[in-house]
Amino acid sequence: MLNKNNLKVWLKSVSLIGALLFANNLFAETAEEKGLRIATERKAADKGWGDSEAETQMILRNAQGEESVREIRTRALEVDGDGDKGLTIFDQPRDVAGTAFLNHSHINEPDDQWLYLPALKRVKRIASRNKSGPFMGSEFAYEDLASFEVAKYTYKYLRDEVVNGENCWVLESIPTDRYSGYTKQIVWIDQKHHRAQKVEFYDRKHALLKTLTMYDYRLYLDKYWRAHKLSMVNHQTGKSTDLITAETKFRVGLEARDFEQNALRRAR
Amino acid sequence: MQRLKKVTSAVIAAVCSSLSAAVIAEDTTEFELRGYVGAEARYYAEHSHDPMQSDSQYSITAEPEFYWQWPDGNNSLTFKPYVRIDSQDSERTHVDIREAVWLHVERDWEMRMGISKVFWGVTETVHLVDIINQTDTVEAFDGEEKLGQPMVQLTFLKDWGTLDAFILPGFRERTFPGKEGRLRGAYIIDTDNALFESSDKTGHIDFALNWRNTYDDLDISLNWFNGTSREPTIIPQTDAQGLLTGKLTPFYPQINQFGAVAQYIYLDWIWKLEAINRSGDLIDDYNAMVGGFEYTFVGVFGSYTDLGIVAEYGWDERGTDATTPTQNDMSLAARIVLNDISSTEILAGWTQDLDFSDSRSLFIEASTRVGDSTKITLDMWLFNSEDPTDVGYTFTNEDFVQLAVEWYY
Repeated sequence: MLNKNNLKVWLKSVSLIGALLFANNLFAETAEEKGLRIATERKAADKGWGDSEAETQMILRNAQGEESVREIRTRALEVDGDGDKGLTIFDQPRDVAGTAFLNHSHINEPDDQWLYLPALKRVKRIASRNKSGPFMGSEFAYEDLASFEVAKYTYKYLRDEVVNGENCWVLESIPTDRYSGYTKQIVWIDQKHHRAQKVEFYDRKHALLKTLTMYDYRLYLDKYWRAHKLSMVNHQTGKSTDLITAETKFRVGLEARDFEQNALRRAR
Repeated sequence: MQRLKKVTSAVIAAVCSSLSAAVIAEDTTEFELRGYVGAEARYYAEHSHDPMQSDSQYSITAEPEFYWQWPDGNNSLTFKPYVRIDSQDSERTHVDIREAVWLHVERDWEMRMGISKVFWGVTETVHLVDIINQTDTVEAFDGEEKLGQPMVQLTFLKDWGTLDAFILPGFRERTFPGKEGRLRGAYIIDTDNALFESSDKTGHIDFALNWRNTYDDLDISLNWFNGTSREPTIIPQTDAQGLLTGKLTPFYPQINQFGAVAQYIYLDWIWKLEAINRSGDLIDDYNAMVGGFEYTFVGVFGSYTDLGIVAEYGWDERGTDATTPTQNDMSLAARIVLNDISSTEILAGWTQDLDFSDSRSLFIEASTRVGDSTKITLDMWLFNSEDPTDVGYTFTNEDFVQLAVEWYY
């Protein structure tokens, strides 16, 4: 028979073991699991925005600091369970004004992409594995502008670090798509709002290629943070590109039919 | 032409009057103006057959586009006139209305009424199924430029695809270079005295349907056209005594054409196929096709440059009797895209006729941007043909290089 004291001792030891087990479990989260957890939380924090519209200026700079400006309008539609849909209309330079680019992003297969050439009234389909190519001669590749999806990378938590005055988790992200132009990305995600603050891109030779820094985050609909200045610096060429958005409008009533080939033909 | 002008003005008047009320009512109508003015110089390597023709040719061109959109976003009006003034060829000096069209958009259908342009097809070297708009040959002898076509186009957006139905009142005759122009061959085509199978001549109303759908990586479209052939049969002209005048007359028969288009994306490959069957009381019933692939090497030699390879084969059942040069021809082209700030692109290609072994052509098209809004394009075409029965023989003396500058606003 156990007396009361024995029972107390027994209970204590059980709870101690339990606490130890629990603690052990917590410490057992590997760097990979922690990385995946942060990435999943990042995606979840941005869920439900619906659709959006923005006017963006691209400022391209060469190594000598000479500038060239492009103007684009972008429309985006959140797709549940798959990658987002995006439509980009070019306004500047004027010789490509009216050209429009439609992208149906997918998580586990190549994106579907179309380009509309207004002079020919022709919609051309693009073999979309060409995602590492530069977007409009800028330092942004098509894949840099695609929507963030958890399954597009495998993750590893590296350390904590302060960037842009924010406490950040530093993650190593390795693209799952073997046609990506990168072997690795290092991403700084702030602990307050799960916003990407900085990304380093490593090329196929594993050398540091570009650094992207996000500035001027603003809050929309009390939940969604959008950076209004994205600054990409290419360390190998000395060139850089700034993407500056004046304002993003959310829930403007866009729907799937606004992201079909037919809509591309009359995009304005 | 007179008749077309009437149709055109009637259509424009109808569109303007039906919409002007809406414009006046809403002062928040969105207006946009864009377009370009250009200058072009062309030099021919060889002297022409005809002393009337010159070895060089200069022209200026303008194409403004006026666009109004109603605040509801469901109605818009586009007006796009075009003009070219040529130093040599009075036929190449011409004015056209490329577009004057009212677009109305509903949830699952759209309507376009007025003068507009429609492109069908996927291939690069030949546009077989593309039949709605007439070819503006004086603009580009390779068939890449089109004249505006009066039409009512209804587009139905359904689960089973997109269906376009066209009513095409007002036929446009094909443009051909005049007696002082180059790229016309030895004989002049008399565009002022064209003949038609239909007694309605340019007033014949044509009809067309096009269905298209996308099945994952496969795009399919099927189309039908019934009406005046855009491609004329060229017949020698005779005078009242039945003697040859040395000119050619274009004759536009009535045709019925079925077309099919398929495009399949596999990895970095795009496979393309276009096929037609054309028949009519006054033409041979025939089949023709063009097919091939485009493959892109991304970031060649560790740079940002893309290299695309285009290979296409064109075939026509009529063989060497075909009225088109690509009756049994193989084309190979390389597209180099620098992906730089200036959007520099070079397309170089070579076409070999497999029936006429001496018949081939070589072309280079290169373009780049200078400053913010000026585009410079350099074109070069070299032709070779030894056999007068080959359609390509027309161009054998017409090797040329062309430099164009376009300023966009």
